[in-house]
Amino acid sequence: MKIAVCIKRVPDSETRVKIAADGKSLDEAGVKFVVNPYDEFAVEEALRQKEKAGAGEVAVFSLGPAAAQETIRTALATGADRGVLLQTDKIPQDPFEAAKIIAAELKGGGTSWDLILFGRMAIDDYNTQVGTLVAELLGLPCVTAVSHLDIDGTKGVAERETEGGIEVVDFSLPAVLTTDKGLNEPRYPALKGIMAAKKKPLDVKPVQPGAGTLEVVALTPPPERKEGKIVGEGAGAVGELVRLLREEAKVL
Amino acid sequence: MTTLAVLEQRDGVLRKISYEVVTAAQRLGDQVEAVVCGAGPVQGTGQVGTFGADRVVTLTNPAFAKYAPEACAQALAERVKQGGYKTVLFTASATGKDLAPRVAAKLGVAVAADVTDLASDGSGLVVTRPVYAGKASLRVRVKSQPAVVSLRPNVFTPVERPKAGAAETVAVNVPAGRVTVREIKAAPAGTLDVAEAQVIISGGRGLKEPANFKVLEELARRFGGRAAVGASRAVVDAGWRAHADQVGQTGKTVSPSLYIAVGISGAIQHLAGMRTSKVIVAINKDKDAPIFKVADYGVVGDLFEIVPKLTEEIRKLHG
Repeated sequence: MKIAVCIKRVPDSETRVKIAADGKSLDEAGVKFVVNPYDEFAVEEALRQKEKAGAGEVAVFSLGPAAAQETIRTALATGADRGVLLQTDKIPQDPFEAAKIIAAELKGGGTSWDLILFGRMAIDDYNTQVGTLVAELLGLPCVTAVSHLDIDGTKGVAERETEGGIEVVDFSLPAVLTTDKGLNEPRYPALKGIMAAKKKPLDVKPVQPGAGTLEVVALTPPPERKEGKIVGEGAGAVGELVRLLREEAKVL
Repeated sequence: MTTLAVLEQRDGVLRKISYEVVTAAQRLGDQVEAVVCGAGPVQGTGQVGTFGADRVVTLTNPAFAKYAPEACAQALAERVKQGGYKTVLFTASATGKDLAPRVAAKLGVAVAADVTDLASDGSGLVVTRPVYAGKASLRVRVKSQPAVVSLRPNVFTPVERPKAGAAETVAVNVPAGRVTVREIKAAPAGTLDVAEAQVIISGGRGLKEPANFKVLEELARRFGGRAAVGASRAVVDAGWRAHADQVGQTGKTVSPSLYIAVGISGAIQHLAGMRTSKVIVAINKDKDAPIFKVADYGVVGDLFEIVPKLTEEIRKLHG
């Protein structure tokens, strides 16, 4: 089974957000970067599907700056076979531009993929769409936010959580899937894996994303919440809390 | 110029979230056409005019009985191409998040996703989206034709603004899907999804053990079907609650009218999922817990004394 996994280097969610001097981007000084948590489910699932099939390849792709090599090495350390960095200093703000570059690489790289996996969203920009856009550009079936997966030959059954319950979805391979929490429990890289990852092939290919049609006007602190108050301590404060919720907040 | 508001139905009944999309569309000042994919007539489309739709179109095909992602995307993309809309609005519900990018890709554009505010200035559409776990807001000018936007649920409160709402039904042809929903494993009757609840009572480690969530469930019941019980990542990872109930970065993003965080310290990844709630109440024994920084009202102390008392007070209130 040939599996491509697309991952993104993102700021750790605990990062203190400081806005850069241009007023439009994150000041990256001192920011710790990690593999996007949803992409870890994708990497793990790729490894499991390859193990189950008994043969194949897991290749990891990332669009990002030179430092994203580290992100790719992290995935290689858990067991992926090779990596490709689509290198650009700026990840485009327009996810369609990102999708075009990734789709071109997946199509033109000479491998015919059985599965292409993405995390369902990135925790930095919340765009929640690159996997779907790539599927459309490649003309492949796509199931998003997969939290359970069974594959048998070229037939797959996936589950996805919706507000109305869990959708059980039939699909055919090759396909693009985006992964949600619950699908699996990602493994940690072992020391041996970390050493091995250093020797695994990692191609670096410079790319030039287009400007796209989503133009950043400003990055600002979030709307301030009105300063809250401690109503009191213990069960004795509940009467006052209820009065405030009713009369001041008007939610009861 | 016209804005297309894409509505959502389940089992042939329009979802209430659809009115939010129409309300947002109405704000842009253009004509509003609402559209929904259904296997047949969709119950509730008659009320869409009340919220500002000039026209309500039902695209029908038997394939639309359950959510049919490929068929629905195809039908909507064709409608958009023919109609020459300036803006297309979706809801960023579970279905909307799946559907909007499919349609956008067919139109050759991206989705401005999970938007919490939008406005049309002289030179086009500008939207606001929370990014970096809600720790920043990104303002983006959408220059694509059409602009495709998805709206964060529960942010655009429906406002009545009666328009004609002229109904039209169009039978459409769609391709056979390669992705088909076989069945929907419905949640047990009477449980409301956190993403749809007006009131959410969430519990964390402070509950001490899974069985104690009954304290929160009893409080939720006092809200008469409007409330759901949510959970922090810690208790979901510990296996106390289902992932479907998780609020936060690797769970659901919610914006209810009232969010009550009980025994939750308020890690960034939890705040990411609930900070756009309208009113936040925190109940925690640690007065320094970060949750109090985002809470409108805090009560410090033992939740096992405070929550039952709150349940009792609300019971008195609602009779």
